[in-house]
Amino acid sequence: MTTTTDVSTSPPAPLRRTSLYDCHVRAGARIVPFAGWEMPVQYAGVVPEHKAVRAAAGLFDVSHMGELEMRGHYAGEVVNYLITNDASKLSDGQALYTCACNEQGTILDDLIVYRCDQDRYLIVCNASNLAKMSAVFAKAAEHHCDFDDRSDRTALIALQGPKAYEILALAGADAAGLSALKSFHFRDAVVANVQCTVARTGYTGEDGAEIFCATADAPALWTQLLALGAPLGLVPIGLGARDTLRLESRLSLYGNDIDDTTNPLEAGLGWVVKMDKGDFVGRAALEEIKAKGLARKLVGFEVTGRGIARHGYPLQDLEGKVVGVCTSGSPGPTVGKNIGLGYLPAAMSAVGTRFAVDCRGKSVEAVVVKTPFYKRAT
Amino acid sequence: MSDVPSGLKYTKDHEWAKVDGGEVTIGVTAFAVEQLGDITLVMIDVKPGDELKAGASFGTIESVKTLSDLFAPISGKVLKVNQELDAKPEMVNEDCYGKAWMIVIESRSAATGELMDDKAYASFLKDSAH
Repeated sequence: MTTTTDVSTSPPAPLRRTSLYDCHVRAGARIVPFAGWEMPVQYAGVVPEHKAVRAAAGLFDVSHMGELEMRGHYAGEVVNYLITNDASKLSDGQALYTCACNEQGTILDDLIVYRCDQDRYLIVCNASNLAKMSAVFAKAAEHHCDFDDRSDRTALIALQGPKAYEILALAGADAAGLSALKSFHFRDAVVANVQCTVARTGYTGEDGAEIFCATADAPALWTQLLALGAPLGLVPIGLGARDTLRLESRLSLYGNDIDDTTNPLEAGLGWVVKMDKGDFVGRAALEEIKAKGLARKLVGFEVTGRGIARHGYPLQDLEGKVVGVCTSGSPGPTVGKNIGLGYLPAAMSAVGTRFAVDCRGKSVEAVVVKTPFYKRAT
Repeated sequence: MSDVPSGLKYTKDHEWAKVDGGEVTIGVTAFAVEQLGDITLVMIDVKPGDELKAGASFGTIESVKTLSDLFAPISGKVLKVNQELDAKPEMVNEDCYGKAWMIVIESRSAATGELMDDKAYASFLKDSAH
């Protein structure tokens, strides 16, 4: 008789805590497990938090995300070979959003790649994909450049909302100059006496900053930003509102809207696939997918009947046949409608197409709409 | 500690039942509402005249991030359904023991005898908070 080890029965790894965990607990956050971490899902409530970010500003602990660094003369070329977007176009202090695919052209992760200088790139990946992406970048770096997983040493705090830069202006002379940063640009800055790297990026559809600092400095930075920003309406935001904010802005969530069974073209991320930039992992497969034409597309929809679409609910045509799946869905607190994202056959993906969401056995009417559901006034 | 009014009966699914002669009014408790957050949709799947069995789902209540089933605490015939909740689900956040009642069931015999009183429910909440 042979003995096999069933990995599923081995005890799960203990949940990890960011350096801000105590701050969250003191603020009365409800803590939930997320991607191997104990994270705050809400403080005051999803709806008031969501509205605070749209009207003023919110502070998010996203320290669970991964930070990978590639260093050396060939770092830029190695990074560019692993991603679908074109990092060779970046200048120092500029970042871009991209997918990384496998050879089948499906998505390993969605990332932000930062060019610090021509020999140093920072890659921010999803917490749930850190082990996988760390292995991918480490392997690609072998014999070509240096690889460093800085995730444990790096905290990440997002300050998002129309008041974000007004709040940073209160955090010292250097931070006050950050309003000059252009979108998807970054630089080192001292914020509230903490040495940081500040990027004008985010995941909410609002103006804002994502602020990297040393793990040990994060509690002081968090506490001071909240104190400085409170008079302007700044509140801490949990993962619940982070999800509704990104959904209204149609920003993809890995594990929901995109994963290793979906490709960037059908996910509406063709704008980060640069076929003409030279070879990259997944390019041949994506060329083939493009030539064949897309079978399905990720669409945004509004539930017009009484119901809330949720991740995993089947989508039906008007005859009741299952033709797709909802990947994200929730009430949109700012748009005031029940909205969602889901894959539908290409022939049913045009704006205005009517279909139904199978809400636990009930067919509820829905219609394909233009996205983003919410766009801030500029 | 969540509000647990006396004079009501309670279930482990965080519903309350108010016995008034031959009628039992059903709703959700303040603890349930706190757990759910902002209520955005109440769907009651029964109509007056339907027979409900204790433990059967008679609808759903949803907040932004969560969906919960509503379970009948007792068996009986549905007499009334609160249709105001269709348009104003937020009433559940505002007045879960009053205006946001869900359904009224015709009570037979001592059907609510097995439910918890307010003291038992309060200690149940305390125990499950661990």
